[in-house]
This record gives sequence, C-alpha cells and structure tokens, in this order.
Amino acid sequence: MATTAAPADRGAPELAAPRSPRRRTKPGTAKARSNFELHAWVFMRISGLLLFFLVLGHLVIMNVLDGGVQRVNFGFVAGRWASPFWRTWDLVMLLLAELHGTNGLRTVINDYAERAQTRFWLKMLLYTSAFLVVTLGTLVIFTFDPDL
Amino acid sequence: MTVVDSRPAAASGPAATGPAPATVTLKIRRFDPEFAAQARWESYQVPFDPSDRLLDAIMWVKWNVDGSLALRRSCAHGVCGSDAMRVNGANRLACRVLVKDLGPEITIEPIKGLPVEKDLIVDMEPFFDAFRAVQPYLITDDHEPTRERLQSAEDRARFDDTTKCIMCAACTTSCPVFWNDGDYFGPQAIVAAHRFIFDSRDAGADERLEILNEREGVWRCRTTFNCTNACPRGIQVTKAIQEVKRALLFRRF
Repeated sequence: MATTAAPADRGAPELAAPRSPRRRTKPGTAKARSNFELHAWVFMRISGLLLFFLVLGHLVIMNVLDGGVQRVNFGFVAGRWASPFWRTWDLVMLLLAELHGTNGLRTVINDYAERAQTRFWLKMLLYTSAFLVVTLGTLVIFTFDPDL
Repeated sequence: MTVVDSRPAAASGPAATGPAPATVTLKIRRFDPEFAAQARWESYQVPFDPSDRLLDAIMWVKWNVDGSLALRRSCAHGVCGSDAMRVNGANRLACRVLVKDLGPEITIEPIKGLPVEKDLIVDMEPFFDAFRAVQPYLITDDHEPTRERLQSAEDRARFDDTTKCIMCAACTTSCPVFWNDGDYFGPQAIVAAHRFIFDSRDAGADERLEILNEREGVWRCRTTFNCTNACPRGIQVTKAIQEVKRALLFRRF
C-alpha cells in the first residue's frame, strides 16, 4: 500500500561506468566453508619447492650429462625406466607439475574472466586438458614396455 | 583549461615584486554522470608554494577555477582518511604529499576499483561491506569486568601496527586482485581483522579466521606489496596479511 519512493539511495549501483569492479557476492556471505583455498595455497608452496629440484634434475640429466640431448632415444628411456626410482621421479614430476600449473591457471581465470559462463567453460577446458595429460602420462609410465 | 594566478600578492603590499610563483599542472580525471557518460581529463595551471600540499593545489582549483570539482576531504591533516586518491599512478592522501615532490605535471584520478560517483568521489560501500564482514569489534565470552580490560604491553604490541588504520581505502584500491575481483575482501578488511585476531582480550579470532579462510579471503593475496606501499600510515599491510595466513595455517596443521 505504501507506494513511497525507494529510499534516497546512494545511486551508485546504477553508475556502472567508469571502472566499477565486478562483484558476485557480498564478502563474508559464502555459503559453504571449506579449507580448499588453504590447501591449494599450501600445495602450491610445497609442489613449487619439490618441482625446483625435480625439474632441474630432469633438465640436467636429459640435456647436459653424457652428451646431453643427442643420446636420448628409445633405448635410453627404456634403460632409465627399468629402475623404479626414475619411474617414480617422472610420475611425481608429472603429477606435481600438471596440478601446480592447473591451480595457477585456475587462479588466473578467477582473476581475469569476468563473465560467469566464460569462467565456467575456461575452467572446464583447463580441467579436461589436465585430466588428459595426467591420465596419458600416468598410463605410459606404468605400462611402458621396453620390448616393444 | 588554463588559468593564470589572479590572487593578489598577499599582505606584503603592492611593492612586492618577487619572482613569479612556481606553477604546476594538475591533470585531473573528471566525471559527472549528469552531463557525460565518460570521464574526461582536464588540466589546470596552479601556482604553489614549496610548503603547499597537493590538497592545497586541488582546493585552489575548486575555489578559483571550477567549483564543481568534487572530492572528499575533511581534516586535511592525514587523520580522517577522506582524501585518498591516485596521484601519478600511486594511491596517496592528497593532504600528505607536497606539490613540489610530485613533478611539473601531476595526474590525479579517483581511487581505482570502486564505482566513481563524481570526479574524485567513489562509492565506498563495497569497501565498507568487506570491513563489516570481518566483525571489526571486540568479541568476548566472559563477564564484563567492572574496570577496563587490562592487557600487558607485550600483548598490546602484538597488534599495534594494525591499530593505525584510518580506513582511507588507499591499500584496498591499490590491490590488483581487488581491481579484478570485487569479491576479494581487500587489504583493509584483513588489517581490521588482524587488529582483533591478535588482541589477547578478544575471543572472536576463530570466527574471523574462518571468514578470511573463505574463497575470497586471504588466500587471494598475491603479495605484490602495493598495499604496504600505498598506506599513508606506514602500516605493514602485506605483513599483516601474511600473519593471518600463518595463523590459519598453523591452526590447521
């Protein structure tokens, strides 16, 4: 019944331009609380540290020692992967690098993709590619047959 | 727009024929939604003394050239935190910087990441939303004492730095994460939470940490140190954010 005008609001929400940020929810009103972001943050630190040694070691072995990249062929790979140590090394490196990169890109998408749909599809693309790389890589490491 | 100083040569009388006053160009980002949908840049030629603050120069424009120039200012001495603005690309309080330190042309914009209402005035409501969300007040679970709540000097020193905040929003609106993601709490809200989380008299730390553990909480921080650089009170903002992260971390593991 009271058809009073809306309270004299600040009027700002109508003023989209210029340079107003996007805002999806009010801060502090997230429905489900979880430690996902905390764990993601810790994972980035630990995986980053491990990758530093894993990747540098990998680079040195593949590109510097004993003639470097020239000697890398099927036999060389088969020889290395005969040892469970190198298989584990490569598996850990694969998993950590892929998940580290995926989480980093997830953050970048959250930062810069403004439309909800864009964000969703970019992340789906990201997760699909990560799944494919991890699956394929893991499959090869476990089923590699040196007598091929 | 160019304006020549038309002020009389002060009280020194007509005989005063000193050197011509130094002038500076203020390039101000103007926006008035009633007249134009887009912001525009305008330049003003302003005379200044070596002791003049940037705020004096802006007020000179408002008083002598264009009274429609809109900005917030109150105490003009770095206490109220009203006149934060983007000066030559960095957030500063206009009352805390001298014109002579800023070069011959000074670019002045509203702080970034909040909706501009007019000229240098932005809508601070999203900023205050984040502030309110961290429950920036004393929470206790014991009986109210008859005297004040005592605290040792060491306990007080633990959060001394973050008590200095004047809520000018210079830190939050200098944060690139906040520019792109308005959902992020922003440095100021985390500083406000820090002030109570590490207060020995407060019992609401768990609740506040829980709030800052959210998707848009402290884990969004990329430690670019823009906030620490912008703070006119010299608060170690990034350090405060890291301390909240650490508190969350060691509570979980």
